[in-house]
Amino acid sequence: MTLSREDVRRIARLARLTLSPEEEARFQDQLSAILGYVEQLGELDLEGVEPMTHALAAGEGAPLRMDEPRPCLDPEEALANAPAREGTWFKVPRIIE
Amino acid sequence: MSSAEELVGTSLLAAGERVAARRVSSRELTEAVLARIEATDRRVGAFLAVAADRARREAAAADARAARGERLSPLDGVPVAVKDLFATRGLPTTAGSRILEGFLPPYDATAVERLARAGAVLVGKLNLDEFAMGSSNEHSAYGPCRNPYDLSRTPGGSSGGSAAAVAARQVFGALGTDTGGSIRLPASFCGVVGVKPTYGRVSRYGVVAFASSLDQVGPLARTVADAAALLRVVAGHDPRDMTSSTRPVDDYLADLEGGASGLRIGVPREWFQGGVDEGVERAVRQALATYERLGARLVKVSLPHTRYGVAAYYLVATAEASSNLARYDGVRFGLRAEGRGLAEMYAETRQRGFGPEPKRRIMLGTYALSAGYYDAYYLRAQKVRTLVRRDFDEAFRTCDVVAGPVAPSVAFRLGEKLEDPLQMYLADVFTITCNLAALPGLSVPCGMHPSLGMPVGLQLVGRPFDEASLLRAARALEREVGPLPPPRIGET
Repeated sequence: MTLSREDVRRIARLARLTLSPEEEARFQDQLSAILGYVEQLGELDLEGVEPMTHALAAGEGAPLRMDEPRPCLDPEEALANAPAREGTWFKVPRIIE
Repeated sequence: MSSAEELVGTSLLAAGERVAARRVSSRELTEAVLARIEATDRRVGAFLAVAADRARREAAAADARAARGERLSPLDGVPVAVKDLFATRGLPTTAGSRILEGFLPPYDATAVERLARAGAVLVGKLNLDEFAMGSSNEHSAYGPCRNPYDLSRTPGGSSGGSAAAVAARQVFGALGTDTGGSIRLPASFCGVVGVKPTYGRVSRYGVVAFASSLDQVGPLARTVADAAALLRVVAGHDPRDMTSSTRPVDDYLADLEGGASGLRIGVPREWFQGGVDEGVERAVRQALATYERLGARLVKVSLPHTRYGVAAYYLVATAEASSNLARYDGVRFGLRAEGRGLAEMYAETRQRGFGPEPKRRIMLGTYALSAGYYDAYYLRAQKVRTLVRRDFDEAFRTCDVVAGPVAPSVAFRLGEKLEDPLQMYLADVFTITCNLAALPGLSVPCGMHPSLGMPVGLQLVGRPFDEASLLRAARALEREVGPLPPPRIGET
């Protein structure tokens, strides 16, 4: 599996990363090598094999509970790490010009 | 040996006994540990933050309890530390990343809360690969941690700081996390005991998420009994983690000395098929011979999908990571870079905040989940997980635990694998399948490499929630092997 430079840019856009030209070149090589390696999974006959969607056996996890309001994080504490805030809101750059 | 050295060199349980009997105060232990960190950590680099004030406060409280004859647990008054992936209220929590520089969590992780409730003294936060992504601790944004046995070598990763701090006698025990080997590999490289419990045994609440279906919290310590005591404290159901199991927690210390007689140890053919360093293989085979001498029976088993583990893992783990790391967007916490408009702010923040390994994995995971590729990559990998689990289920029909090497080599040198991510990933070939199958595993020291003089770990993998058998088997070996020579940390 070989990724093109355009593939790398497309993935970076989806992942919200702005890669430098050097990173694009390096990731193109490294990701192609890794994808080449994972191609060996194609050797396996997976017909009829269920995917493992839960790491815990059925009934092992937390039981369901009623969806009732409970105390949660204080707004001041929740906002304490915000890079920018206004009042009780997280502040972000303008979305619509 | 000076008394301060003697003080920090005992086991966690022995230290706890001394505090309870008031032969030493928690304050003295804590000061000895802080002095040890001060004297050694410039060379080792295990700590990202030392919380001296908080530790002294907690030590004073433990001493007050001891004076009243109260004891919260065998850990009461004993200094420990946690990987800097655990949220700690009011203490910086970076996940080894620039994107979380300065972040002060508003709450404690459940495991941290349980340590505190048991009276343990938290002395600081330990170095790791950024977001727990790595096998050498070289991917920390705050500089690498080094192996106390040889400072030119890595401590392994990603819980490198946790293993190094315990080996270097900087703390009596530590918590790490293991997604593909991140507790067992550094434990093996640094000559300490490291336990990766069954998925769901320990709450992940408050642990910075990497790959949610694989991540598990576990202890690192200098003895099996210490690790058992730590696990006993942190394990158990937590309603704040919906994947945390409701099963009762066994008393791991109760039958720890039960020995290995009658134990059926599965030896997987695929774990001994070349590619393992000769000295490592010799140490592992010696451990197996020791078990036979103790009355255990070696059983040949097969785990035919071992060779597909790394490939399946790097699809599942990166896919989940790309989703989990989407939250670092410069809005609610952590770094924010300036940009024209929201989309540019996101991308600039992530570009500047993430190091090379998280970026590589976000890219790979995003690709594996992107339109048209989901079936070929993520879904396929999840099916391979089913096959890996079936391998183990089949093996456990004829054996009680599976044994083999933790890693193909001893600790490698800094820089050795840094430029070749695939080679770095292959260091996890023997540990990864245990995570894919959600089983418990551990690393216990089985001796020193005959020519390299570095520790070698034996890996044991067990049935779901059968940590007790693993620990008992590890203890039986530990009793025969005896303690490893302590590291000299650059003194020759």
